Amino acid sequence: MNNTRVWQKLRPYALVLPAMIGILLFVVYPILYLVKLSMFKYNLLNKDKSKFIGADNYTEIFSRGDFYNALLTTVLYTVGVVVITMALSLFIALWLNQNTRFNALVQAGIFTPHIISIVSIALVWMWLMEPNYGLLNFALKAVGLPALPWLQSSSTSLLSIIIVSVWQNVGYYSLLIVAALKNIPQTIYEAAALDNASKFKVFYKITLPMISPQLFFILVIMTIGSFKVFDTVKIMTGGGPNGSTTTLVYYIYEFRTTSIGYASATGVVLMAIITVLTFIYFRLLSNKVHYQ
Amino acid sequence: MAAIEFVNVTQAFEKNVIIKDLNLKIEDGKFTVLVGPSGCGKTTLLRMIAGLDRQTAGSVLIGGEDVTDIAPGQRGVAMVFQNYALYPTMTVRENIEFGLKNNKVSKEERNRLVESISETVGLSPYLNRKPSALSGGQRQRVALARAMVKKPSVFLMDEPLSNLDAKLRAQMRIELIELHKKLGTTFVYVTHDQVEAMSMADTIVLMNQGRIQQEAAPEDIYRQPNNLFAAQFIGVPPMNVGDLGMDGVKFGFRPEGAVLTAERTDSHFGVRGRIVTREMLGSETIYQVKTKQHAFMIKCTEDQFTVDQEVFLGVDASKIFFFRQDEHRIAQDDVRHAAYMAALRGQQHE
Repeated sequence: MNNTRVWQKLRPYALVLPAMIGILLFVVYPILYLVKLSMFKYNLLNKDKSKFIGADNYTEIFSRGDFYNALLTTVLYTVGVVVITMALSLFIALWLNQNTRFNALVQAGIFTPHIISIVSIALVWMWLMEPNYGLLNFALKAVGLPALPWLQSSSTSLLSIIIVSVWQNVGYYSLLIVAALKNIPQTIYEAAALDNASKFKVFYKITLPMISPQLFFILVIMTIGSFKVFDTVKIMTGGGPNGSTTTLVYYIYEFRTTSIGYASATGVVLMAIITVLTFIYFRLLSNKVHYQ
Repeated sequence: MAAIEFVNVTQAFEKNVIIKDLNLKIEDGKFTVLVGPSGCGKTTLLRMIAGLDRQTAGSVLIGGEDVTDIAPGQRGVAMVFQNYALYPTMTVRENIEFGLKNNKVSKEERNRLVESISETVGLSPYLNRKPSALSGGQRQRVALARAMVKKPSVFLMDEPLSNLDAKLRAQMRIELIELHKKLGTTFVYVTHDQVEAMSMADTIVLMNQGRIQQEAAPEDIYRQPNNLFAAQFIGVPPMNVGDLGMDGVKFGFRPEGAVLTAERTDSHFGVRGRIVTREMLGSETIYQVKTKQHAFMIKCTEDQFTVDQEVFLGVDASKIFFFRQDEHRIAQDDVRHAAYMAALRGQQHE
């Protein structure tokens, strides 16, 4: 009798235990360890020579110009990718929402970049963006525009990386938005037609609010993802030229051997920035999002 | 105020022809109910009036004007949808005034209209709520208010009561009749429920398989059905029908047209049968009586019999209908009518 009551109380905990072990081991412990590392001057060769230095790493971060540089690059990259991807995928989704046979084909095609490895994509784009023989410059010249140095100049390198990321993401997010659009009951549009609503008004007052949960989700997910960009940078530019594409995560990566403590501290700062940003999104936008 | 007219209208979706060469006049200011089983084309007709679907051929006239190329919002029609189609992201007030805003009605006028309409339908306390926070009946009222506020010349309703519970439905039927009386505009109401059709309509347009079966006032359609379909669709329980055994003709009588007795009586048509089921509905009782050849539903105002009891069923000559092999009703002044009456009398007490 007593045993069953104990089991009743314990059962929920027992059931979540396996998942909890995973989270503790692979999420909570690494984060705590990261925070711990960030307070050490860590010696990779001899762990015992590591020295606790408190908040010194953090002081260093905020006094170094290259950190602010990386932060600015990341913010520019994020704004570029998020704004362009969202606008483009919304536009494409609205177009794909018209059911034609051609659109079914386009829908499949536009999703393809998402299933290709970013390494392949980056390499192909590097080839396309090659200043002398690349297809992009060839196309620019063909229509009488000046050729661009693309990845090889600090003025265009970030833009180049943004283009590649947008190209890779846009199909996936279009698909998400198409799914949201298809969920809007047709009768609402019919009611709006009977209410004499203009096309713009239908879009602004009905379509947009109806897909706002999905748009908000995409905004948050994409901001977080863009803040953590690494692979494209690593493959295409290695952070250059002249640090013009060194994003925060690549900045952290650069210190992987020289100063683990400093890299960890930057990691903690990145985590804090993303948390704050997400929080701000929720505070600012959550009352504009219409959950059903 | 506007009459509606369909002239040789054909509607086909891809190769699927729903309606072929249909002609129909819906009178100005009347409450017209389009009724029929699902898939009969009644909603298709309604959507053509609204302009939501364009007819394949023929023309639709509202107030004498061909509206084929006029957008739904400019036809002066309002529609209540079966699922109400409220804008889920807008409050009740925004839902009601959306059409007014689009028609550039001034703010003071809008407020005045919204206030008075919501007063009429009893929505005043809920103006700032979202539709998701309302009950089914309240949503129905929002849909109604949204249509009313535009002061349309034609009201279209697509099974607006089918999502309500039985009690609320009965109440809303009364309110719609009153609303029609008050507004005096043309109402076109689509339903598959013959009770709604009978209770509210000035004119019933009975449809089946894309064709109009009968177009008449409720009492006419009930007392003088054009054909077997009309006879069996209108009325609960439907008309009892049996084979006459002559020229493929069928005879029929309404469930309340027969009299059940314990002793044999002298009626024009009389048979012996046994009561199989009994449904006691309060003011009336419905018996299913099995005879040798048929099973008849009989409605009695008195509850005198029990299941398995032997009874005699009698129907007066005046309560009997005959239908030709092609299912059309044989009029009383038809030359064959008397012969069929005599034949039915010959089947006495089988």
